[in-house]
Amino acid sequence: MAKKKNTSARPKKAVVSKKKTTKTTTKAKATRAGLRPAPTAKKKAVGKNKPKAVAKKKSAAKTKAVANTRVVTRSPEREVISAGKTPRVITRGAATVQTKSGFPFSAEQIPALANGAKATAFLRSYRKGAWNQFEKLPLPSTNDEAWRRTDIRQLKRNGLQMVEALPKATRDKLPSIPARLLKPLVGKGHGGQIVFAPGKTTVQLSRDIAKQGVVFTDFATAASKHPDLLKKVLGSVVKPGEGKFAAMAAALAGRGVLLYVPKGVQVDEPLHSLLWGPGAGLAYFSHILVWVEDGASVTYVHESASPTLKEQSMHAGIVELHVGARANLRFVELQSWGEHMWNFTHERARVKKDGNLDWIFGALGSHLTKNFSEINLEGEGSLGRMSGFYFTDGDQHLDHDTQQNHLAAHTTSDLLFKGALEEQSRSVWQGMIYVAPGAQRTDGYQANRNLVLSKQARADSIPGLEIQADDVRCTHGATVGKIDPDEYFYLLSRGIPPVEARRLIVKGFFDPIMERIPFEGVRQRFQQAIVQKMK
Amino acid sequence: MSQLDIRDLRVTVAGNEILKGLNLTIEQGKVHALMGPNGSGKSTLAYTLMGHPNYEVTGGEVWFKGQNILELEPDQRSHLGIFLAFQYPVAIPGVSVANFLRTALNSHRKAKNPEDKGMPIPEFRTLLKEKMDLLKMDHSFAGRYLNDGFSGGEKKRAEILQMAALDPEFAVLDETDSGLDIDALRNVAEGVQALRGPNFGALVITHYQRLLNYINPDVVHVMFNGRIVETGGPELALKLEAEGYDWVREAHELVTSE
Ligand SMILES: Nc1ncnc2c1ncn2[C@@H]1O[C@H](COP(=O)(O)OP(=O)(O)OP(=O)(O)O)[C@@H](O)[C@H]1O
Ligand SMILES: [Mg+2]
Repeated sequence: MAKKKNTSARPKKAVVSKKKTTKTTTKAKATRAGLRPAPTAKKKAVGKNKPKAVAKKKSAAKTKAVANTRVVTRSPEREVISAGKTPRVITRGAATVQTKSGFPFSAEQIPALANGAKATAFLRSYRKGAWNQFEKLPLPSTNDEAWRRTDIRQLKRNGLQMVEALPKATRDKLPSIPARLLKPLVGKGHGGQIVFAPGKTTVQLSRDIAKQGVVFTDFATAASKHPDLLKKVLGSVVKPGEGKFAAMAAALAGRGVLLYVPKGVQVDEPLHSLLWGPGAGLAYFSHILVWVEDGASVTYVHESASPTLKEQSMHAGIVELHVGARANLRFVELQSWGEHMWNFTHERARVKKDGNLDWIFGALGSHLTKNFSEINLEGEGSLGRMSGFYFTDGDQHLDHDTQQNHLAAHTTSDLLFKGALEEQSRSVWQGMIYVAPGAQRTDGYQANRNLVLSKQARADSIPGLEIQADDVRCTHGATVGKIDPDEYFYLLSRGIPPVEARRLIVKGFFDPIMERIPFEGVRQRFQQAIVQKMK
Repeated sequence: MSQLDIRDLRVTVAGNEILKGLNLTIEQGKVHALMGPNGSGKSTLAYTLMGHPNYEVTGGEVWFKGQNILELEPDQRSHLGIFLAFQYPVAIPGVSVANFLRTALNSHRKAKNPEDKGMPIPEFRTLLKEKMDLLKMDHSFAGRYLNDGFSGGEKKRAEILQMAALDPEFAVLDETDSGLDIDALRNVAEGVQALRGPNFGALVITHYQRLLNYINPDVVHVMFNGRIVETGGPELALKLEAEGYDWVREAHELVTSE
């Protein structure tokens, strides 16, 4: 008798085996380059999950990078360095010249500065200082702990040119922004919108909001109209010297947003900015500055997007957030780059006493992303929440490196990152909760959950705790699982076809993170992405 | 014709033959009860009818509405009008009962008519409320994640809710009565009775007479060691309730061991 498989006809994607749960015990993670003050001798952790204390790392200074102390992040370096010794680069057309860094950028390309001598002076010194750092800093390699799982050797640095260097005629031929990206993602309308397209920046802010003293504008305008404000905010949270790409963005980002909310001002309508980066062989830089004064509150959505092309492009960006005492910032970041984009970002938030930060990350695009995001809970009673979702397919590689620094007592952090992976894609999440000496009665939580949808996809999830106070509660968990075949069969048995069934399970998997995002527009965008990625 | 016709069905699970040439016919609109000791293969039959990939069919055919359903995928069997109420319903975290049912209903509509745009939401809400009321379920269930954290009894009710919403022509109820309290048992039985009619046939797997008091089966079968070994009327269930399975074992052990 011929053997017959009970199910036959249609081909199936792999759906196998039960979820695997990595243990939720503490694992030491080597401290990132120069990112933290040297730990003191005794470490002890008590609390629900009794994480093992990490007694590692004798010195914070074993790094090549400039050792900024994380905790005291004031007064940015203002080194002024002459650009004279920079190797020359010609960036016209496709002609490129080899430079030391491999990136064909030159100091002459540091963005032209706006009129107003005052602005010019500090901006110039900031950018030149950053340029100098950029030249000095080595390109990250997989020998660096933070970059161990993210290899950037395939980035054709020499094939890139700054979008500003494109001849106008070529630039004008780049695809324009699809209307759907300009629609509000949060609420019914925008209180303000800034749109960056090659060669064109538009800024809008409602009169009512502007009247309250809120500044929401691009760098050029900020430099001429609000130089003192820009000076106060620029480089106050993220240092150009934190890495090659941070320095590169600090030096070369002509595109930037300054959002400033004065003391006590409640901005009711969300603000929105879009960085549109079409084209191949191009380098984009951006710098987002948000300063929310004591008692103020605002919701801000920033999206980076482009079509997908074959040849590489890159983006390097900096995000600096300041949340004042009792202030509220809700910051939604959507990364929708085309799948040819190499994307590097350094992002940090500082939260003061009883301040509240709700930070949401949605990552669907780019070929490769290395993102550093950190929360410094500097004031007692401050709260930082980070919610992330990512969905990769093809040969995408997303690496999110998060850090929750409890630098004062009674601080609370809560991180949940969830991701799904299709095809040959790969994700890396490495997270660290750091509790400084004396930061008692802090509550830190971090969880990363991954759903691997194909045999070739791979998710790495590396939680970490480093605790130097003895009265804290820290919990963390990391899981990498697959679709449960029983769940899948259950859905099929109700008449739901295979593709739909897998999508439904994936949507269900993401539901807890969607619950943390009270923005219908953002959720819808993500649901659409699930449908697109799961054909 | 929606008669279910199982012919000489052989099924292997994890290398062991569990169903060993099973024959069973359930005429359109008839309700049959299936009893039998633990491990005799009742759930194996249920899963096999629905097309679970762990159950490997090594022989036989199952005919329904002019098709050998063993050739179909599980979702296609569902579209054809077959329903399985699971002995152990599976939790689907993050997917609400309402969302799940709407997706299932729309999949059925789409299978019938590829152009279908889906059931309008108000219509769906009305239908869902109506079916929940039939089963005396609290409306808040609609918003809960399917079977996630449900009590044993709630899961069984949710199975019948799905059955009522999908309106199948042939249902297998695998121990839907176990784990139910007395009131829930009556509600569930009433839910099944409400579907009963000339276009609804069922195979009701149970260990107890209780459920059969409400659902008066047309025929009762006893399964033993992968085969149907006894068939009778409702009095067969009463006899088993009173005497247990010893007499079945004595009568059929020899036959199966040769
Ligand atoms: N997935 C499986 N893997 C291995 N063995 C299985 C599997 N499913 C069923 N079996 C075996 O097949 C036999 C029949 O099991 P089945 O669940 O069909 O019995 P049943 O009649 O439904 O029993 P019960 O009354 O306890 O529900 C048992 O010996 C069981 O252990
Ligand atoms: Mg069973």
